[in-house]
This record gives sequence, C-alpha cells and structure tokens, in this order.
Amino acid sequence: MATIAPSSKTTCLLKLIVNDREVSVAAAPTQRLSRVLREQLGLIGTKVGCDAGDCGACTVLLDGEPVCSCLVAMGQVENLSITTVEGLRSRPPLYDRLQEAFLRHGAAQCGACTPGMLIAATALLEKSGSPCEADVMDALGGVLCRCTGYRKIINAVLDVRSQSEETVRSSAGNSVGQRLIRLDGKRKVEGTEIYGADEIPADVLTLRVIRCPYDRAKFRFGDLQAFVAAHPGVEVVFTSKDVPGEDCYGVIPRFADQPVFAHAENEARYRGEAIAAIVGEAEAIENLDPAAFPVTWEELPALRTTEEALALGAPLIHSHRAENVLTRGRVVRGNVEKALAEADAVVEGEFETGFVEHACIEPEAGFARRTGDRIEIQACTQSPYMDRADVAKLLGIPAEHVRIIPTAVGGGFGTKLDLSVQPFLALAAWHLRQPVRMVYSRIESIMCTTKRHPARMRCRAGAGKDGKLLALDFAADFNTGAYSSWGPTVAARVPVHASGPYAVPHYRALTRAIHTNIVPAGAFRGFGVPQMAIAQEQLYDDLAIRLGIDPLEFRILNALDDHTPTVTGQVMGEGVGIRACFEALRPRWSAARAEAVEFNARATRPIRRGVGVAGMWYGCGNTSLPNPSTVRIGLKRDGRIALHQGAVDIGQGSNTIVTQICADAICAPIDCFDLIFGDTSITPDCGKTSASRQTLVTGKAAHMAGEELRSAILRLAGSGGDCIESKDEKAAIEFGQGTVTICQGAKQHWVSLQDLPLDRCGYVLTAEQTFDPPTSPLDENGQGSPYAVYGFGAHMAEIAVDIELGTVRVLKIVAAHDVGRAINPTLIEGQIEGGVAQGLGMALMEEFFPGKGENLHDYLIPSAGDIPPVESILIEYPSSIGPFGAKGIGEQAVIPTAPAILNAIHHATGIRLRRIPATPDRIREAILARASVDQNSEKNGDARG
Amino acid sequence: MLASAGGQVLAGGTDFFPSLADRPVTGTIVDISALRELKGVIREPDYIRIGGLTTWSEIANTPLPRCFDGLKAAAREIGGIQIQNRGTVAGNLCNASPAADSVPPLLTLDAEVELVSRDGTRRMPLAEFIIGNRKTLRRPGEILSQILVPRTVEDAASTFVKLGARRYLVISIVMVAVVIQRDATDHIREARVSVGSCSVVARRLKELEIALIGAPSAVGLGSLAAAAHLKMLSPIGDVRATAAYRRDAALRLIQRTLDACAGSS
Repeated sequence: MATIAPSSKTTCLLKLIVNDREVSVAAAPTQRLSRVLREQLGLIGTKVGCDAGDCGACTVLLDGEPVCSCLVAMGQVENLSITTVEGLRSRPPLYDRLQEAFLRHGAAQCGACTPGMLIAATALLEKSGSPCEADVMDALGGVLCRCTGYRKIINAVLDVRSQSEETVRSSAGNSVGQRLIRLDGKRKVEGTEIYGADEIPADVLTLRVIRCPYDRAKFRFGDLQAFVAAHPGVEVVFTSKDVPGEDCYGVIPRFADQPVFAHAENEARYRGEAIAAIVGEAEAIENLDPAAFPVTWEELPALRTTEEALALGAPLIHSHRAENVLTRGRVVRGNVEKALAEADAVVEGEFETGFVEHACIEPEAGFARRTGDRIEIQACTQSPYMDRADVAKLLGIPAEHVRIIPTAVGGGFGTKLDLSVQPFLALAAWHLRQPVRMVYSRIESIMCTTKRHPARMRCRAGAGKDGKLLALDFAADFNTGAYSSWGPTVAARVPVHASGPYAVPHYRALTRAIHTNIVPAGAFRGFGVPQMAIAQEQLYDDLAIRLGIDPLEFRILNALDDHTPTVTGQVMGEGVGIRACFEALRPRWSAARAEAVEFNARATRPIRRGVGVAGMWYGCGNTSLPNPSTVRIGLKRDGRIALHQGAVDIGQGSNTIVTQICADAICAPIDCFDLIFGDTSITPDCGKTSASRQTLVTGKAAHMAGEELRSAILRLAGSGGDCIESKDEKAAIEFGQGTVTICQGAKQHWVSLQDLPLDRCGYVLTAEQTFDPPTSPLDENGQGSPYAVYGFGAHMAEIAVDIELGTVRVLKIVAAHDVGRAINPTLIEGQIEGGVAQGLGMALMEEFFPGKGENLHDYLIPSAGDIPPVESILIEYPSSIGPFGAKGIGEQAVIPTAPAILNAIHHATGIRLRRIPATPDRIREAILARASVDQNSEKNGDARG
Repeated sequence: MLASAGGQVLAGGTDFFPSLADRPVTGTIVDISALRELKGVIREPDYIRIGGLTTWSEIANTPLPRCFDGLKAAAREIGGIQIQNRGTVAGNLCNASPAADSVPPLLTLDAEVELVSRDGTRRMPLAEFIIGNRKTLRRPGEILSQILVPRTVEDAASTFVKLGARRYLVISIVMVAVVIQRDATDHIREARVSVGSCSVVARRLKELEIALIGAPSAVGLGSLAAAAHLKMLSPIGDVRATAAYRRDAALRLIQRTLDACAGSS
C-alpha cells in the first residue's frame, strides 16, 4: 500500500542497487535521487541542470529505463537497480564503442550533457539493433545540449555499430591540422570531469542568497539575529555591511558599479539582485523557506525598456549616468547623408531583438575556503584573473592573496565571464574561516546572470545601379540592464562591425547602452554583433532585391578584400577570406534557390521553401585594448614538457588547440605534454575566454614559447661543443625517458636531463612568452585598427515555412568560414555546428521575458530534433599574426545563422521579420499582414485601372 | 491513509518536483507509486480501464484499439522519454495544466475518471472533472484511481496533433485530438474534436462535431470546420504565442487533423 512520509525531514535507511552494487543510504523518502547519487554516493557523473525534468542532464537508468533522476523520490527506488554513467563501464563492448564514437566525432564539448546523452543512447542501443536517425533523435530528445548542435552526438550514436575508424594520431611536428581527439575528452565521456558543483570539501557550509522579487524596490531588514536563532543549523546572515573591501565590482574596472548585495539605504535595482546571504549546514539551508526571511519590500516604479529609461524625467538608475546612458559607441567615415541622397537605391528598416539566455547546462557553482590571510575559490569561470582582481578588491586584500581555481566549465558562452557565486563565497569563507559552497538553481541562474542585450536598431543603406554599396547609416540602443557588465563592450564593438564584411565608403554607426531595471545584459557569443547582423544582413538583402541583383552576387560584389579600407579605415593587407566564403556557397546556392522556386511553383500544400544567405566578420580579441596572454613551458627532468596556460577551456577546445600549436612549435609529439591549466597560482595570465581570442592570442603565445623552448633545447645540445644552430628548423628532437636527443642530419646529440640543474620554475629549461595582438586606439570618429585579426564567414540556410501555421523547419545549413588555418578541423566544426544551433534558436524560438519563465520549459533552446545537417566548409586565408595563420571561430560561427534563416523566410514568403525571434505567431501575423496589403494594392490598382 | 493524514499525493514525480521550484518539500506527502493495482490497462466488456499510475511509456507500448491512436501519439509527446517513463496518466489529469497533452485525446474518448477515498469511489466524466487551470473536483483524501474509456468507438480512427515552437520537450501552443467513426458508406457517423491550450480546460467542439455528421470521410473533411465552431475557446496570449495566433492556428490544425484522420479511415 501507499507509504506515508509525514515529514520530509524523516530519514529512512533505503537499499538500492547502484551500478550493480547493493548500497544502503539514509535519506528522506522525498529526497531527489539525483541529490543522493551525487552528494551521498559521490557519483558526480550525474549532472543536475534544472531539477525540473527539462534538460535531461541527470538521466540515469532505473531498471534499465531512462529517467530524470531529479524527478525520482528516494522512497520510490527501494530495491531497484540504478545505472549512472559511472556504471556504463560494466557494459562493454557497447559502452567502449559508444565512448570511442563520442570522442572520435567530437560529440562532447563542455561535457555537461554528455553523461545524460550517453545514458539515453545506451537505453536505445540496448533495445534497438540498428536505430535510424529518427530513432536516435527520439531517444536523445529528452536531453538538451547547448554546445554541439546535436549532430555530432547523433552521428556518434549512429556510428557505434560501424567498424571503428582508426583514431587520428599525430607525429612530432604534425599536430596542427589534425583531427586529434580533445585531450580532456576521456574525462568528459567517463563522467569524471570536475565542474563547479562536483567537489564538496569536508566541513563545508552551504550558502543561499536572498534576492529581490521586484524590478525595483526599497527594503528593510527585520531582526536578522532572531532569524538565525530561530533556525537551527543556520549560522549567519551576511549583508552589504559585511563586505570588508570596496563594495563595487564589474568586469570593466572603469565602469564597475555593482555591489555584492544591494544596500538597504539605497534600493534593489533589478529582480534577482542579491540583498543577503544565509550560511549554514546543508540540510538547514535546503529546508529553509526563503519566504521566512525577515525583510519588508516596498516596490517602486521600474524602467523596463530603453524607451522608458530614455524618457524625459525618467529616474536615474545610477545617479552619475545622465539619461541612463551607460556608454555610447561611434564610428563615422565619409559623408553618409550625401551618399544616401545620391544613391540609386536606398532601403531602410527598424529591427528589434529580445533578451536571450545563455542556458548553459551547468548552472553556476563552486566553493571558497580561507587559508590564513588568503582565499581560494574553486568555481566555474571563463576569466580567472579578472575574478581574482575583483575578489581581492571586494575583500580588501592583495590580488596575490586570492587563488582562483577554475573547474571544468559546463557551458559559458560569455555569461561566466562575470562574477556569479564568487563574491558571496569569498565573503562568507573569509569571515567564517570554513569552506562555503553554493550551487545556483536553474531559476536563480536564469533570473540573475547576464543575458544577451536586447537591441532596437534603425538603419538605412544605399547603393549605386552597379550594385556597389555606397552608404550605411546605423543606430542602435541596447538594453544593458541595471549594471554595466559588458554593456560598454557591446556599444563599442557593434559600430565597428555594423557594415558587415563589405566595403562601405560612407558610414555612420551610433550606439548606446542604456540602463534599465532588468537583470544586467552582458557578454553572449558575439557582444552585440549577432543582433546587429540580423538588421544589417536583412537590410542588404532588401537592397540587393531592390537593385534586382542576386543576394549572394551582391555580397560577392561588395565583399571586403586585402586592400580596401574597412569602416574604421583599417587595411588588412592579407587574410581577408570573405569573398572566398561567399564563392564557396555559389554552387549549392544556385541549385538550392532553383529547387526552392520550383518547389513553390508546384506547391499544393501550404509549405513554401526558401534559401537565404548572410555574411559575417568579427574581430578577434579586445576592441583597441591590450589583451595579452602569457604561456610558460618547461622541460622536465623526465623528458616531458609542462605546458602552463591559463586559458579556460569552456568546451570549445582550447586545451587541445593550444597544445597542438605548442607541440608543433617545438616539433614535439603531443603525448609528451603535461598540461597545467587555469589555476592562478600556477599558470600565467591568459586573459579571459571570450572574443574568440584564445586560439589567436594564447595560441600565439604558446607558439612563441614553443619556439623559445626549442631553441633552448638545441642550445643545450650545442653547449657540449658541437655546433648546433639554435634556429635550425630541420633539427629533430626526440624526447626520451629523462633524455632529449637532437638529430641534425646524420649527427645525433644525446643529452641526459637527470643531472641538469633546475631553474627557479623547477624545470631544466623554461620558456615564457607573452603575446598581445597589435591594435591601435580608435579616434573620435572610430577610425583606427581595433583588431589585429578578423574571422570571416557566410552561412546559407535552406528552410521550409508552413504559411498557415507560421512554423519554420530549417532543412540545411551550409557554413563557410575563413579560419586562417584549421588547427583542429573536428573542433572547428564543433564550434560551427554549435554556433548554428544557437543562431537558429535566436532566429526562431529564444526570447527571455524578465520575470516570466525562469526555467527551461518556458525558455526554449533548440532540442535534438530542431537542428538540420550542417555542412562546414573550412577556408584558410592565413593571417601572419595568428599561430600558423589561425583566426578565431567561437563567435564567428553564431553570427550569420539567424540572418541567413530570416533571409530564407523572406525568400519563401516575401515577409521581412522586424521583431526577432521569428516565432510562429509573429511569422503568421506578418504573412496575414502581407496578404492584406497585397489585396489592398490589387484593389487600388483596379480603381486606378 | 490519505484521508487521515491529509497531504499531497506523489506518484511519478514529474509534476511534483518541478512545482517545488526553489522551495523545500513541506507537509505530508503520500507516495502512492507502489500501488500495483493502479497500474496497467484492463479490458472489460464495456470499458477499457487505465490504472491511474499507468505511465505514458506503458500507454505508448500497450496494444490498444485504434481509437487510442491519438492518446498514444500524445503519450509520445509528453516531455522526453525520461518523463514518459515516470509520468502517470492520473498525474497528468490531476495536475490539470491547460496544456496537459493527454486531456484532448481522452476527451475525444469520452473518458471518465474514478476517484477513490476512504468513503468509497465516485465516477464522473473527465470533461467535468477538470474545472480550471490546475483545478479539479478531486477532494482532499481522494486519489484518481482509474480512467475508464467506454468501448463504443473502438475501431474509429483517431489522431492527435501538437503544435509547439520546438520538436521535443515542448509545451504546446495548440493541440487537437480527433476521433472519427465512419458508417458503411464511408460517411461520418460520429466525430469528436477537442482542442487543448486554447482555454483553461481543453474543450470538445460539439457544434463542429454535429456539423461533421454525414459528411464524406475523406480528405476535404477539414474544410467543414470554420472559425465559428471555435467560439467556446478562450485562448490567452503568453510567452508561447498570442491569443489571436492560437485561435487562427487551432482552426488550421483542426482542419488538418480532420483531413489526416479521415484520410486514414
């Protein structure tokens, strides 16, 4: 009969079989299985992404069937058998093959969804001998992935039963260009990778943040001491009074404006802003009802949109920022008004995009501990050194006393550049001298971490009869939310890019980042450029159509080249591969456009096909600001090479790429490297993982350090008396057990490393190099060289629109990218396919409405069934600045997808979407509006006739 | 037990846990998931009984008469496989979401629900059981033990269509379920049409059902559905779609679902 759990706090001793082993655990019958697996049984391979069955990351097998372990009560699993990712090992050969297929296909990027995917795939494969693609999609449909775009996962599952291909191996000097399996891949497919929530130190306390439930509010605390006294297990409540240092942080020091907690004497500026933190024993904190916290609120009128914030007399969100404008951006060249007046064709348009949520599968998490007068923070982050500087400032201690240990990052995309859990943890551990941990819930993660900026954009473009672009006039307001975050970067970067990758002689781009009482908008893959491209690439499409020129040929005609100045007056001189990207699409374009037209002419059902194209350029690294990376490598006495690099791999693959580059610079095999990543106490600063800079900047530093070490090794051999030229490119170095052997022609020099002295870094030889890409400041008109290197690309989207329902199915994406040099083609394809998936989401379904739908069933990201096949075409126009000519790809990949899809919708239906995302209701409304305009113009035509 | 202790019912957990949001479990929870007698499908002379604790995967994998095709299609659309393996039929009905995937097909099956408590059992049509957004006639101390489907239209064709903004794991914008019973001359003897996510409780469209009687059961049947047949719907605008879109899309989906169902007859 039914069992009764009179109280959730009652603990029962429960027997279950986990990974073929019988275990007994003491747990409340209503405790979630996921929690017990992770925190009591240490099976951290099971990830928790949402606690609501929306993401599937916590999928386990329950008596052989996949279930979300976050939705299973412990009282329901007595005597049942549970298999987690750790237990799949006992199911060879299927598991070994599946694991290998995932690695070979690059199916794991950040790895946060990987255990759930592996379990879901295992459940399918154990039932179905040879599943088809649709079966695989159905089986994986319950697990969300934010990195890969699913196709590599689907292909890996389909490929399991095939004869496994030979794994790609590299030899010395031959790593670059190879499809090497990611060096951190094994941990991800075994479920042993450590993310922010995965390590729980002994004696750790748990922290929970109390947040403002209103967009804007005054508040007054009640009796906090009485609250603590009334809740056994709760140790302390922290508020703004407890911040020992300067209570003001922000990713760009000049604009820092955010307190750890809103100050009670001021007001809370957005829904989700922290006002206090409660720390105590885990169980006490978990069982706390936040409604019991003693605070009274007085809701105040809030500014939610840029229009409201700019209105005359609107209250200032920050008293020192007039008109609620955080910053402005400006790039002006030529005479845009005159050129537009003289142009043969001018088009204009207004476009609007909404908030977009990063939806990393891993919510923010970590712990901090104090060691003497130092603090250590182990958390997921994209920017360890920036975290270090801000935490030091908040605690009022020297930066050297802060150690940031980045965990593996379960998706970042820009949101983990900003501090999240770190200030709370640092503050609590500092005061309590006891480790403190916290894990954001999905609700908390969506409510209070940064978003993509909503944009309102107005633009006009003009061209001559010959199809040559003459002028673009572009203005945009970005809703930057309550605090600065990356608002200044978005406002600065967009005007540099708003021309698109084209020659535009007369140009004006003006931007503003505007404060509102909304969660801060920050960095999200592309810093405003994806929004901008939605306007600019649709507008250029209109211009081409107005001129009667094929949209692809129009872009080819106007594509930038090595010698034409950009809108900031920069002449690249080399490596401008945009024209080649467009030309690579040409054969497929012509065929696909013709097929679509023919399909529509014969259509009997309400389906119309369309094909669209969009181009992209994107500067790698900071805009006209220094952004160096330093890499240190050491030759160890055992003949191995230690690579110290601080670039955080957020799934994109920098751990592997940087090592490949370094290996080839030394001419060493990749398996003689020991990798030391990310910890601010043992790795030099490689800057933040953002702005598509790690391959270029850290990669270049690794290249330079590798060359330095190679020279030093050659000199080491030469010091014996034989003349070895340290620059000899042909000399081969063999790394043995405690030895190196240099082979120069017929000559061989054998050096024993065992007895050589160690330098101050503890190595036989150490090489350290810093690279900062050469840029120049922009003048008052935005003229200068803001980036040393740009990446280029073009996407073509083939789509089908259901014109009665307004739904869109994307049938195929062809993505051509100039990556300079493809260091690892599999990883680059991974970036492209993942970028396409996020671009598709942005185009068709993703919009966050603040205060509504702080979960992953109201906020939709694409599922396994939404992403079409993606054909990646890698084009290599090398940049002499980048390592082996390489450029960035991370953000470049996301930019052209949405405008290509929107242009395809126009091709299919004739409608131009001004408000993004193009949800079914918006598409249908536009179709109906167009039909009524057509009808009216017909009527008017009749009347005139 | 439920009656004496009061409290919240826990079955598959797929709505119980998400509804907690960031709050702890409080109060008394009565876990009924071990009640074997409430699981599975039984054929009786007049009814097919679906135990309240039957999961959606079990519905999808149980051989059932043709008129259940729509319900089976809905079963495969409830969350992902992980949710279908745990979520129960009774849970979906008692949770009473306006977007509950199973309600439109069960309405077209004229399903009844049986409620059990210490005081006995009572039965009522599903159409009366759900009375609002997250509101039912279930009393404290009662559990929904059985869903009863009268065996009146077993060989009828049935179809379920769900419209959402992505392929998997999606809350519907509009849902339509149709059951069509033909006569010997391939004309509609009986038609049942219901629409979900367009009113606080999914609704049968009786006027349309009457209008369809006697029409040829073939593609083209859908053209008999018109906007006027949707007047009892009261769609709202939310993060998924506008109210106007829902009304418009509902009509299109009804037309298509009728055509698909008639075409398959």
